[in-house]
Amino acid sequence: MLENRARLKDRPGGIEYQNLFNRVQIEGPLHPGPPLAAGSEPRSFRPAFSWLLGVIGSNQVGPFYLGKLGIASLICGFIAFEIIGLNMFASVGWDPVQFVRQLFWLGLQPPAPSWGLRIPPLNQGGWWLMAGFFLTAAILLWWVRVYRRARALGMGTHVAWAFASAIWLYLVDGFLRPLLMGSWSEGVPFGIFPHLDWTASISIRYGNLYYNPFHMLSIVFLYGSTLLFAMHGGTILATSRYWAEREVELAVDRGTAVERGALFWRWVMGFNATFESIHRWALWFAILCTLTGGIGILLTGTVVDNWYLWGVKHGFAPQYPRVYAPITDPGYLRGSVAQP
Amino acid sequence: MKTSSEKPGLFAASFAAVARAIASAVGLVRTHPWLSATSVVGFCAVIAVCTLALTLERPPLHVVQTGFRGTGMQAVFNDHDLLAEARLQHADAPLPAVQLAGRPASEVYKNVKVLGAVDANEFLRLMAAMTQWVAPATGCAFCHSLNNMADDSSYNKIVARRMLQMTADINRDWKAHVGEGGVTCQTCHRGETIPSGAWFVQPAPYGTRGLTEADSGQNIVSPVAGLTSLPYDPLTPFLLQANPIRVTPTSALPSGGVRPSINQTDWTYALMIHFSDSLGVNCTFCHNTRAFEEWDQSTPHRVTAWHGISMVRAINRTYMNSLVGVFPRAMRGPLGDEAKVSCDSCHAGAYKPFFGASTLSAYPALSQVSQDWTPPAAPGGAAP
Repeated sequence: MLENRARLKDRPGGIEYQNLFNRVQIEGPLHPGPPLAAGSEPRSFRPAFSWLLGVIGSNQVGPFYLGKLGIASLICGFIAFEIIGLNMFASVGWDPVQFVRQLFWLGLQPPAPSWGLRIPPLNQGGWWLMAGFFLTAAILLWWVRVYRRARALGMGTHVAWAFASAIWLYLVDGFLRPLLMGSWSEGVPFGIFPHLDWTASISIRYGNLYYNPFHMLSIVFLYGSTLLFAMHGGTILATSRYWAEREVELAVDRGTAVERGALFWRWVMGFNATFESIHRWALWFAILCTLTGGIGILLTGTVVDNWYLWGVKHGFAPQYPRVYAPITDPGYLRGSVAQP
Repeated sequence: MKTSSEKPGLFAASFAAVARAIASAVGLVRTHPWLSATSVVGFCAVIAVCTLALTLERPPLHVVQTGFRGTGMQAVFNDHDLLAEARLQHADAPLPAVQLAGRPASEVYKNVKVLGAVDANEFLRLMAAMTQWVAPATGCAFCHSLNNMADDSSYNKIVARRMLQMTADINRDWKAHVGEGGVTCQTCHRGETIPSGAWFVQPAPYGTRGLTEADSGQNIVSPVAGLTSLPYDPLTPFLLQANPIRVTPTSALPSGGVRPSINQTDWTYALMIHFSDSLGVNCTFCHNTRAFEEWDQSTPHRVTAWHGISMVRAINRTYMNSLVGVFPRAMRGPLGDEAKVSCDSCHAGAYKPFFGASTLSAYPALSQVSQDWTPPAAPGGAAP
């Protein structure tokens, strides 16, 4: 839509297609988009049509603005992918069958706790550090690219900042918190199940993350995001028969479609967002999900060691009546709490 | 500036070509007379039903609340699983009682090392029961030379003596775990010469790997830890060695001292899954999962389990380990170690072996085992 507007600005009167909200696929002349500012790198990949992609989105593929940042990001991402993948492949003795069968189980583990923040040899966790470095580089380069492409199109940088919020959580989990804890081993392993096991283990080790208020907030924004997404998507689709999707026209005259959507929510819950504010709701819920989540993880182990007991201390963890006769730690009876 | 009339580039063209090929394949399929919308939906429904049938448990399930409401503490039972389990948990009826001979076995038989104090007839009855429990297929010859029953040349006989001492020890010193019901040879063996829960120290399954990541003890399929990617041998550090299992701190804020790592938690977690698998229970059998570490919110089963951990360690270190030189090489593990005991050895999937049924009281001889004998360092040589 914005690209469309940019073109309108460049070539007054040149509306070549309208973004009608239906499933008709229009195959007009292929267009590379607006001219780029002086000093820009060329766009690669001349455009083509794809009916299948048209089913789920725009049927025009390309052109693609890769640029130096994009190439650098892809190279870093590829290096990280290879380090992780080849180490996984090695972990099953280079057996292709086992590599496929156990793919979700395989992982690249951070250095053992005994290494602290020292740089271990490659086979003792050095590969994990290297993969993390290149993956982080790839993500940060891609972020700069997202920011600069938005600027180049004259857009706001909202998407880049939403992405930055996700990067914040990623950095806290894999880099900032391990730094504060003084041990790389606190970082997240690479791998499908290994990283999920990490989420279970960090919660058990630090006394149940459910009692972490920032974890609570993060879940609120996560579930809230899905709720808002369903409400907004549903409202627009339900009013598209009245042209609710034609935001260009509706910017001038809100029309019956918007009014119906607004009326619907006022009837249902007495309050409605506007066409503008619903997008702020959505963006902020998404951003706050990872922002609060990152804060919650950063406090775990550094400031709070057992979230359940912290909840007890601050009076919000409920105390239930006893069901069994009281039991005590049998370790005390033997004079040694540590056994076993 | 590229103009719109230009032909698509290689990337976009190949992308579009692949998409077009899939689309035409879809189109081709749609023209087949068998494939109406109904049959496509029907086919998907059949796949969905089969997937569900293979994935989900067959009802009915029974849920029994085991803690205060709202804490999620509940035991879940499935009729079909219970029936299968019940067949595994069937204890043999005790052999008929015999008239006492009035003379100890040591006076009647030669070379009786650990059961010498037992009445001679009771001794024979126990031998018959042990045959039935441990080696029903091979019979007496599993341990004895049939020409000379006093002969000690079979290593199985040496092992059996040590296992009798172990059984007596468990029933005498580990009542905190096994209760008055105690254990017999059958608790582990169940008609098998090697109990099914026996385990060995696991070497790295894919060996050393040069420059690539060394074995981390995890991140492959771990059968002991319920097919997770958690550590594949959590038994060695906890059920043989005495590494600390507790990882959750007992104060809200960080305090000094040793602080367990997230990685260490993986190992504890794997051990707990072994417990859960071996006993056919979930976490809430012992714990209130909102605070795993809190004893005053746990169930009494946790105390029993705590003694069980100490017991299994003691068994493995005192009894199983003393036999490492007795077992021939072929009976030892990949690293040359002896077979060891896990929770599964006795429990075999039930929260109590044989669901608590006990035949120990029918065999008083099992409490008259002499602890004075020690196994010889056998021909196999010392432990590696």
